[in-house]
Amino acid sequence: MKALCWHSAKDIRCDEIPDPRIEHPRDAIIKVTSCAICGSDLHLYDGYMPGMENGDVMGHEFMGEVVEVGPDSRHALKVGDRVVVPFTIICGECDQCQRGNFSVCERSNRNKEVADKMFGHATAGLFGYTHLTGGYAGGQAEYVRVPYADKTHIKIPRNGLSDEQVLFLGDIFPTGWQAAVQCEIEPTETVAIWGCGPVGQMAIRSAILLGAKKVIAIDNVPERLEMARAGGAITINFEEESVVERLNDLTDSKGPEKCIDAVGMEAHAGSSLDAVYDKVKQSVMLQTDRPHVIREMMYVCRPAGTLSIPGVYGGILDKIPFGAAMNKGLTIRMGQTHVNRWTDDLLRRIEEGQIDPSFVVTHRVSLEDGPGMYKTFRDKEDGCVKVVLRP
Amino acid sequence: MSNNRTVDTLSSENAHSLARGLGWFSIGLGLAEVLAPRALTRGLGMQGSEQLLQAYGLREIATGIGILSSEQAAPWIWGRLAGDALDIATLSTGLKEDNPKRENVGIALAAVAGVTALDLVCGVSLARNTSPYPHRPAIDYRSRVGFPKPPEQMRGAARDFEIPPDMRTPEALRPFAIGRPPHVMPATTR
Repeated sequence: MKALCWHSAKDIRCDEIPDPRIEHPRDAIIKVTSCAICGSDLHLYDGYMPGMENGDVMGHEFMGEVVEVGPDSRHALKVGDRVVVPFTIICGECDQCQRGNFSVCERSNRNKEVADKMFGHATAGLFGYTHLTGGYAGGQAEYVRVPYADKTHIKIPRNGLSDEQVLFLGDIFPTGWQAAVQCEIEPTETVAIWGCGPVGQMAIRSAILLGAKKVIAIDNVPERLEMARAGGAITINFEEESVVERLNDLTDSKGPEKCIDAVGMEAHAGSSLDAVYDKVKQSVMLQTDRPHVIREMMYVCRPAGTLSIPGVYGGILDKIPFGAAMNKGLTIRMGQTHVNRWTDDLLRRIEEGQIDPSFVVTHRVSLEDGPGMYKTFRDKEDGCVKVVLRP
Repeated sequence: MSNNRTVDTLSSENAHSLARGLGWFSIGLGLAEVLAPRALTRGLGMQGSEQLLQAYGLREIATGIGILSSEQAAPWIWGRLAGDALDIATLSTGLKEDNPKRENVGIALAAVAGVTALDLVCGVSLARNTSPYPHRPAIDYRSRVGFPKPPEQMRGAARDFEIPPDMRTPEALRPFAIGRPPHVMPATTR
């Protein structure tokens, strides 16, 4: 089969590799009908996340049709079922899964010992996302093996919804949704969202649906800012104006109550002093992440406010103004998304027409054209916001 | 080599890889010049130029960091080219007949000339491969609403959603965080 494989930083190729097969009674094999390139795939593409190996299959946003089911998953899945696969692999039985903390499933990460050393305690296995999270083959391929398939799926009815309307239930929609939910938005509150990439766009719409009085979106890419305005946000182009001054102007000098970091470890923060500092340290391998957004959020957030961090960070962060966060009594909520916790509700909202997540798709290409689209997406060329691949 | 170009150019990926290599080379050379100026000047028969060499070393380190940390490496590569010219001019003063190490100076000059050629290829390639950043929306996304109605009419449409208990503000902090009216706050906090 064809699959997009990681070979080294900035070297992803469409390779011919062996088809996956059932390895465990709870496995299923999915024939992928649509998959997407996620912003967090770019951390792998750029070589900032440790634990990738030559030949690893990329991709954790995918959906398709069940073509084979292991004996222990047949009570939940059958051949021909249409499913979206969440990027977090979940057993559904461990203590964390029972609590709904699916992204920290205690059993699905098969490289637990390595992850324990890295993070203290392992997190869930993820598709196509480094050997620290299990080293599972990803979904930018014609076929995928889904472990714990009886739990690791979202069944999609064949009721007329297109792939693009439901595909993002596997990651960016619930990620943006959880980011907004973690803010516990009140109708009087302002939510500021850093980053107008796909997760930022979903967070903007989630904050609107959850009733925020004002949603402010921050980025520097004109077409992404325009898409944010289309979704109801007031926008700030950080290359043209001071984020802190403008946020204070828009909140009677009090700052936003709720702040969402939809950027993560590769912040492009122009020429601000801390951004240059981060770039220099990261370039000479003295630092893993560029946490400009976290610094800015801690500084500008209203006292007693909440920071919600869906943006991915990988390692050790430098010069975090924790004094500001502590003294202002900020609440910080973060983590990978507990996808299955939200998807029944979000699928209902899509079916009822409350939201159509396909608005974010800007590029549709074949799997063979995938490697080139990584660069287009990374460099934000050609108005690229979200790429869907059709194997 | 293409017919209409005077310098052969590299692909964007190769040009950026070369730039990173030159960045690391700059830092390495700079560190050597800063940390071992006496050994270097002795080898070139140019004793007395230690401080100048250290200054050049600082320049190399700054340029190297600039190349590695900047999203637009081209200006820093042009900076390296200017530095190469300075290095060649400085080294040329060591070619005098009375310098017993002038052969070493010649080798150093050849090395600098080689690196200068790489800098030139890299700089030209980066300049030719640089795509102009879109300062205006290239594509119209004003219709990418995502809602069936204008956002203003969708505000609060999901208020039926109940925040899970583990994601709610702890009860003890709610008056502080959510701004509950004073009459429901505990007396001790008034």
